[in-house]
This record gives sequence, structure tokens and C-alpha cells, in this order.
Amino acid sequence: MAGLLQIDFGKPDRIVGIDLGTTNSLVACMELTHPAVIPGPDGERLVPSVVSITGQGEAVVGNPALKLLVSRPESTVYSVKRLMGRGIGDVQDELKLFPFQIAGGSESVLRIRLGDRTLTPPEISALILRQLKTNAEAYLKEPVKKAVITVPAYFNDAQRQATKDAGRIAGLEVLRLVNEPTAAALAYGLDKRREGIVAVYDLGGGTFDISILKLREGIFEVLATNGDTHLGGDDIDNRLIRIALEDIETEWGRDLSRDGEAVQTLRRAVIQAKERLSFAPFVDLVFEYQGKSYKRRLMRELFDKLVADIVDRTLGPCRACMRDAGLTPEQIDEVVLVGGSTRIPLVRSAVEALFRTKPHTELNPDEVVALGAAIQAGILAGTVEGKLLLDVTPLSLGIETLGGAVEKIVLRNSTIPASATQTFTTAVDGQTNVLIHVVQGERELAKDCRSLARFDLKGIDPLPAGMPRIEVRFLIDANGILNVTARDARTGKEQSVEVKPTYGLTDEQVEAMVNESIDRAEEDFQARQVLDARVEADHILAAVEKAKQNDAYYDLSELEKQQIQDAVNQLLLAYHSSDYLLIRAQIDLVNKATLKLAETMMNQAVRAALKGTKI
Amino acid sequence: MQNVTSCWNCGKSVEEVHFCEACRSLQPPATNYYDFFGLEHKLNLDLEDLEKRFYTLSRRLHPDVYFRRSEQERQYSLDASAILNDGYRVLRNPVTRAEYLLAEEGFDSAGRKSQNVPPELLEEVFDLNESLEEFRQGDESVRPQVEAAERHLFEKREEIDRELESKFEEYDRTKSRDILMEIQGLLNKRQYIRNLIEEIEKELVG
Repeated sequence: MAGLLQIDFGKPDRIVGIDLGTTNSLVACMELTHPAVIPGPDGERLVPSVVSITGQGEAVVGNPALKLLVSRPESTVYSVKRLMGRGIGDVQDELKLFPFQIAGGSESVLRIRLGDRTLTPPEISALILRQLKTNAEAYLKEPVKKAVITVPAYFNDAQRQATKDAGRIAGLEVLRLVNEPTAAALAYGLDKRREGIVAVYDLGGGTFDISILKLREGIFEVLATNGDTHLGGDDIDNRLIRIALEDIETEWGRDLSRDGEAVQTLRRAVIQAKERLSFAPFVDLVFEYQGKSYKRRLMRELFDKLVADIVDRTLGPCRACMRDAGLTPEQIDEVVLVGGSTRIPLVRSAVEALFRTKPHTELNPDEVVALGAAIQAGILAGTVEGKLLLDVTPLSLGIETLGGAVEKIVLRNSTIPASATQTFTTAVDGQTNVLIHVVQGERELAKDCRSLARFDLKGIDPLPAGMPRIEVRFLIDANGILNVTARDARTGKEQSVEVKPTYGLTDEQVEAMVNESIDRAEEDFQARQVLDARVEADHILAAVEKAKQNDAYYDLSELEKQQIQDAVNQLLLAYHSSDYLLIRAQIDLVNKATLKLAETMMNQAVRAALKGTKI
Repeated sequence: MQNVTSCWNCGKSVEEVHFCEACRSLQPPATNYYDFFGLEHKLNLDLEDLEKRFYTLSRRLHPDVYFRRSEQERQYSLDASAILNDGYRVLRNPVTRAEYLLAEEGFDSAGRKSQNVPPELLEEVFDLNESLEEFRQGDESVRPQVEAAERHLFEKREEIDRELESKFEEYDRTKSRDILMEIQGLLNKRQYIRNLIEEIEKELVG
């Protein structure tokens, strides 16, 4: 009967929605009709996207890691999202601001040294995802294996692929990558209110997106998107830190910019000051370090001046996005603000001035993306009906032609899934391979675009030059990720395509990381089990020792006493093994051996209690 | 395209475009955009009707809807959605739509000679190239000339668009290949003008 009851009668899969953010990450799910953010065991809804590796090589994630950022800056990593899908050549400027070190062999994938471990950005993101997964499992009391994860709309193929890899390493099947602004639009449920044109302005910790959508009868059709994957609140923090460091150097005569602990302490103070300035006209920036103190009063007016150019950098993409959508500001009905940085009054006024409409701020800008992800998860699970997202690819897809020029085959802002078919041939007699270089971007030369991958068409029949006709289909799926298939147009035979991603991990590397992560998770699990078993052993051993003082113990036969002592000795032997099952087995034996003793003690206690009670 | 095929799932014959009438499973997508949208092969299209079809088909074909279906249907849904989106892009724009129909009718798209200067533009292009050269050398005084030339090209393009519109109607009525030939000529001219405008814009923006 029990077996029968366990059969799953088509219960929809639990799919969570995850906002994997630069600064904070969240997990949410559908609760009946509404999406809800899932709190962690500490009750916090935001998990800081910070990972620290302890001296024992264990990973700590979230708020505990945030605390370690100050004391162990060299083995703690934050804002790893800025490093996803990037090579070392891309991030030279940013690396100066990060306290951690880059290991060798980082051309196609960064390798970050944290304590005695070396991790790639997808592995670090996977640790954050694993924490969210654990939080969700504890809250929902069921295993969570499937997720929808959000990404900046302007993420390129490599950055998307890296995010998907991170999910896989964390043991999650990533059913869909959803663009953050689109998710936010979904969460706002603006489709219920009216049909119209909505702009979503999303300024987060590290990325900026602008998307313009057309809403009609539950369909969210993205008309155009634009952005900057390296622009966000981090840039404001870094600007303020740099100014403060210079100021401190003048005052104290000491350059602290190479002192990791000092910089991270200052970073905290600066972020607090920035956040308070969104609500107060001025704030005192206080920095205390090694018995010295630095204090500066920062007026909002000055703050606005200091960051004006950063805010301005968001306006160009907004105008380009309107142009691509073929719209003027007057035609935009509503504007939605997403991302913590949109709390800054200067940002709000700049958006209002540009779009000439007061932006929506009803939903918490930190949570709205995760809520949208949960709704998309509900759409996939079939529990949310009538809504459909039609998103676009943010960047044009092209192939390198002779002479290094780019032939665009899928234009930016094309609705996805989108595809293009091209026919390739050989240049010399008997050639059996053709190499295709695929790039993403708007520039005319391949070297100015983002190299995606090289696809090697192999096993072409050796024929005179120009005779083979290989039809290659480039398909951008609903996640915005490129898939390439090829067939011989003469024979109709499928052609093998070997993919060499320019940035990012190969399939084999991801597979190896998945296995290692499972091993590590297993190790972590074992370690925790052993610790738990030892705690329990401590309890029972202490109880036995205490019971030996009890009268009941003296009433036992010598044999019974011997049996108890034997069981205790066996448990002490097992105690230091790393086999938690053995420890638990010995605990059970001690329990059994002391059963009679416990009963006698219980009876005595009851009698004593009765005696003490005057009727 | 409407030849009878059998359903991959139940084996019954399929006459509808996207689904099997018998078992309602998703079929391999039609590859012709007109057939896919269930439209006659015409050059003039009602854009509102096209949009309505696009939304309806999106709801029925999008991968989101096929998540809990068979692997085969999921693949068809991905392929079909790509064709739907590609087709919508091509058909909603009159120029790409005409190019698509021309290719369908066997006109060689690779042989489009947009680099040949249309004779009536010869003199103008000659003058424009001269001004552009001076402008490139840093002579700001020719800016008004360049801008005037651009405005004139805009007008020319609009003229061609109006001409195209009437030729579209004529073709839909007569299905004459001669008209298609004229349309191809107009499209080539239009492309040439477009390239010129792009070149001017690049110089003006600097």
C-alpha cells in the first residue's frame, strides 16, 4: 500500500524562480495564485551574492560570507556576476578593485584563487545557487531540482551560457533563462491594467538594462532592449571609495588602497552612506580603522554631482532602445523601475525627465525580478495560464567573412527563438573541414565584436573546391543561447559540428564540475552528519555518567552494569571515526543497554513525585 | 506545401498546417512563411491581421507551452517558433516581404545589382561623392549640400515606396512575372539609395 501511495499522479513539478544578482540573490515560488519570496533559515529574504572560502576549504555563502569579506578579503568574492562569461582581457580594469587574485590559465575562463581553492565564476555562482536551493528545500519541505533563472537582458551568449552552467553545477535543471526587465514586467502584472507600451529601467548592482515592451492580452512582447552589462551601483561605490581613499591619504598621510581589510571596511561605510542618502538630504560618512577615524559630511547635492556621469551613461541606451522600437517618449505609457540603484533620487528624476512620465515604484525593486521569475516558473509548470513572454536577442549575431568583416545573420531585437540558415562550401580541393567563427555585436569588423565560438564542420566529403554544400542552421533558443546544426545539402546527412567556445567552459569541464560539486556536497553532508552524531553521542554519554550516581544503578546486576560499560566503550571507540552510521549504531546499543536503568529511574521519579504530592 | 503527409505520432493523414486533426500533436513546421501563417501568397498584407495571427500562433506554438510534452513535440515547437518569429519579421516589412516572394518565385536574390547606379541618379551621385570627399577632408562648408542631398534621397525613397505599393496591388491582381521584374528593379534602386543614405549618415555623424 505504501508503495502505491508513493506513485506520483502527475503532480506538477516544483519549479522555483531565482534572481541571481550582482549584489543580492533571491529565490521565489508560486503560492497558489501569487509569487512569494522564500526567506532563508535566518528569516532574511536577500542572500548577499558573496562567497567566502574558510581555512578548511569550506564554502560560506550570503550574510556569513559578507562578514568574512572584511576579515578575510583575499578569500572572499563578491559581484562575481560581473565576471561571468568573461576572459581576463575583458576585466583588467575591474580586477584592480577586487581584493581576490586571478590564477593562471584565465584567458577563456577566469580562475579565481580563494584560500587554497581555485574557482571559476560559474562555480562561485553555483555555490550561491546551491544556498538558494537549500533555503527553498527547507522552506518548501521538498526537493527542488528545477529553476528559472534571470539574467540581464543585455547579457551575451557566453554570459548566458555561464549562468546555465552555474545552475547545472548547483544541481539545478535550468528550464529557462528569463531577462530581468521582462521578469519585472511580468511581476507588475501591468497586462491586467491595460494594453500599452511599457519601459522597464533596471539599474542593479553591476548591470543596466532597458527594455520596451508591448502588452496585449497577456502577451508581453519585447520590442527592443539595450543596456550595459558593466554599469551599476558598484560603479557608484567604487567612485566614492576612490574619492574617500584620496581624502584619507591627504588626512592621514597613508595610502590604504592596497590594504584589503581597509578597503572593504570603507566599502561598507560608503554603501551605507549611499543608501541613506536616498532618504536623507545629507549623511556622515564615518570610517574607523586601526584606532583612527575619518569623517566626512556628504550632501546629496554633492553626491548627485559625483555620480551624475554614471547616471547619464544609462540614458544613451534608453534613447537607442526607443529608436530601435520606433517609438518616441510620448508613446511610452508606463515606466517601471527595477534594481536597488533606482532608489537614488537622481536616477528617478533622470528617468522621469527622459520618458516624461512618473515611474512605477510600487513593488520592492530588490524583489520584483525574483517574483517575475517565479511567475515564469508557473507558466512552465502550467499553473499560470494566459501569459506569454516574447523576448528578443539583445545583440546581432554574425559570422566572420573573408577579410575579417562580419555578415549579420540575425539582427538585434529579433524575437526569439530566431534562426538563420547559411550555406558554406570549401575553398580548396579535397577540403574536409570548414571553420565558422560566430560573433555577437553591432560593429562591422569581427575583431570589434564579441567572439562567441568557432564551429568546426567536420567530415565533409573530399570534393573539388566549391562543390560541397553544407547548410548550417543557427538557432537562438528562448534562453537567448545559440545552437548550431549542420547538414550536407546534397546528401541530407547530418553534419557533425564541434563547438569551441571563445569564453566559457566546455561541456566536459562543466560535467567535471558537476561531479566535483556533487562530491563536495556529499562530503559536506557526511561531515555534517558526523558532527550531528557526535553531538548526540555526547548527550547520551553524559546521561550515562549522571545515571551512574543514581540509586537505580546500584540495583542493577553486575552483568547489566558490564553490558552498559561495554556499550559505552564501543561508542567511545566509534566516536572518532568519520562513519556517522557506525556512531549512530553504537548510540542505539547504549540506548538498549540502558533501557532497564532508564525505566527504573523513571519509576523512581514517578514514585517520588507521587510521594511528594499530598492528596 | 499542402500535400498530404501522415502524422509522426498517430500515423493518420494530416491536412492542417500545425496540428494533427486526429491526435492534436504538433507536426513538423511548414517552412514557407505564407503557408505557416495560413496566408495567400500576396504582396499586400493587412498588418493588423498579420499581427493577430502572430499572437494566436505564438500562444499555440511557443516552447513555454510544450514544456511538459514529448521531446519530439518540444523540438517541433522550438523549430516552429523560430519560423514563426522569422516569418513575422520578414512579412511585416514590405521590402523584405517582396524580396521573400521574389526568391520564392525563382528570382535570384544574389544577382541583385544594387551597386549599379540607376541612370537617373547618375549626375546626383557624382555631385554627392564630390561633396562627401570635401567633407571628409574637413570642409564643413559643404555640410548643407550633403544634407540637402540626403533630404532629396529621402524623397526619392518615398517615391519608390509609393510606386512599390501600386505594383504590389497590380501583382496581387494579375500574378504577372513582368510586374515582379519591375518590382525587383525598384527594390534594387531602393537598396542603392539606402546604401547612399547610410554612407551620408556615417559621415555626418562622424
